[in-house]
Amino acid sequence: MDPNDPPTRLRDRADRDTTNREDPRERGKDVTLDTTREPATAMPPRPRPIATPRAGGEPAPGAAAAKLTARDFDLFYGGLHALKRVSLAIPPESVTAIIGPSGCGKSTLLRSFNRMNDLIRGVRTAGELTLDGADILAERDVVTLRRRVGMVFQRPNPFPKSIFDNVAFGLRLLGVRDRSELEGRVELSLRRAALWDEVRDRLERSALQLSGGQQQRMCIARCLAVEPEVLLMDEPASALDPTATARIEELVLDLKASYTIVVVTHNMQQAARISNRTAFMLNGELVEFDETSRVFTSPRQKLTEDYITGRFG
Amino acid sequence: MPRSREPFPRVRFGGVSAGRKAMNVLALAACRVAAWLVLAPLGLILWHLIEKGRHALNWSFFLHMPKPVGEPGGGMANAIVGTFVLLGIAAALAVPIGVAAGVYLAEYGRGRFASVVRYVADVLGGVPSIVVGVAAYGLVVVPMGRFSALAGGVALAILMLPTIVRSTEEIVRLVPRSYREGALALGAPEWRVTQQVMLPAASAGIATACMLALARAAGETAPLLFTALGNRFWSVALDRPIASLPVFIFDYARAPYEDWNRQAWTAALVLLVMIALISAALRLTTRRIR
Repeated sequence: MDPNDPPTRLRDRADRDTTNREDPRERGKDVTLDTTREPATAMPPRPRPIATPRAGGEPAPGAAAAKLTARDFDLFYGGLHALKRVSLAIPPESVTAIIGPSGCGKSTLLRSFNRMNDLIRGVRTAGELTLDGADILAERDVVTLRRRVGMVFQRPNPFPKSIFDNVAFGLRLLGVRDRSELEGRVELSLRRAALWDEVRDRLERSALQLSGGQQQRMCIARCLAVEPEVLLMDEPASALDPTATARIEELVLDLKASYTIVVVTHNMQQAARISNRTAFMLNGELVEFDETSRVFTSPRQKLTEDYITGRFG
Repeated sequence: MPRSREPFPRVRFGGVSAGRKAMNVLALAACRVAAWLVLAPLGLILWHLIEKGRHALNWSFFLHMPKPVGEPGGGMANAIVGTFVLLGIAAALAVPIGVAAGVYLAEYGRGRFASVVRYVADVLGGVPSIVVGVAAYGLVVVPMGRFSALAGGVALAILMLPTIVRSTEEIVRLVPRSYREGALALGAPEWRVTQQVMLPAASAGIATACMLALARAAGETAPLLFTALGNRFWSVALDRPIASLPVFIFDYARAPYEDWNRQAWTAALVLLVMIALISAALRLTTRRIR
């Protein structure tokens, strides 16, 4: 992959998207996934890797067991250089927080991991992102990538449907039609998102009637329903009140045993409370990435120290 | 930055002056008058239609066929059914095409082609309906060799298209971006996002737009004159001329027979009520969806 040749890559990307949209294999794939599914209580088998790892590709240092990695990753919005040679390796089954002032590229990096930036025109990338060693940027099957790498957004975004239909949305996309299986999985997901007891009696009500915090937990449940491996959370609590925030944080701590979670947050206390590792970004660059306790107690970089002690940002 | 210690300039706030209060009352009154002015024409038309149309309004108007000149009584059963047939054809043609085109413009429509489509839709919306009738005459009547319900339906569909396309586009655009992102992040392919999230979210608005288009088409007379032509006899065949209320109104209102004139008024009343009922029914159903 030649980072000096963005136009080709762009065209390449556009082609990929069209093939994806009209890929007739989609249906067949859904069916296979569907038949391999077991009863709702058991975890379904993980889908196969989005692509086979590159033969002979040397993993980045320290990336041996990493779930997600970025290597010399650059991203441009038109002429704006939003991410500058970002390299990091995110270990599995842990919480990684990304902190930094507004506009430093935290969300952009997060959205790159499931290619949500494809939706924005004029985005160019260079470098490499991997999921289990497989190249994310070259992946043709964005749909499967996004199933494996789920995302929770800053503002709760329930669809204008019932709570049940919201949570079942992704399952139905996967071809789950059986009512009892849907019910089982919806319940399981809502339980994992610690929302079941609050909504069990009103699953057929509109999701828009839930409170903000409940909506956000429902969005997390919706995301968990398709059994992702990675959960990307873009300031999941910034639109919520302190109580709802605390519940989301508890939830993140519960979930980290089985998911790789990456949280972008403006709230440094939050990062310190919930994350194992913290990345500090500034002006599109990754300044520091280390164990959370270390970043907050003895940062290696002066910039990090200045930021977490509130000298700027 | 040294902050100025100067106190914020103090203003003495009295109560709201009498002048402003008067202005407020005046402006409010003006708005109210304007609202009534909008309602007034409809009210007057309705009142006038009821006044003039009630004489010939009875069951036989709905159930019977037109009688020859000189014979009293008779109805417009064929025209009422014919209007529904024409509207059905028009909706069956214009709604799928118009909604699909509108969704395309909103979701995928970028660049030159999309702006051409938008421009053409706008121009089409401004084409006089009689011209649309001529176009449908050339497109359908001439190749078929005769006037037909199908030709009338095509003419009405062409009239409905611009409204449906442009409104659908606007309404789909209003669906929050976050719905789309949320669905894509769950691994939905683009077409499923459109079909299962964007369209349902916009459905009530799209239905209203289609209704408006249909209501407008229901009253069109000019494009039917040389497409569906009109028919004094019972016919629902799609390849034959078909009767419709607007054409009957046109013919009967010009006729020198008082009996016919009375029936024309009744036909107008029935047409208006028909459109109002369709709109009301649709409003109820879309409200339930929401």
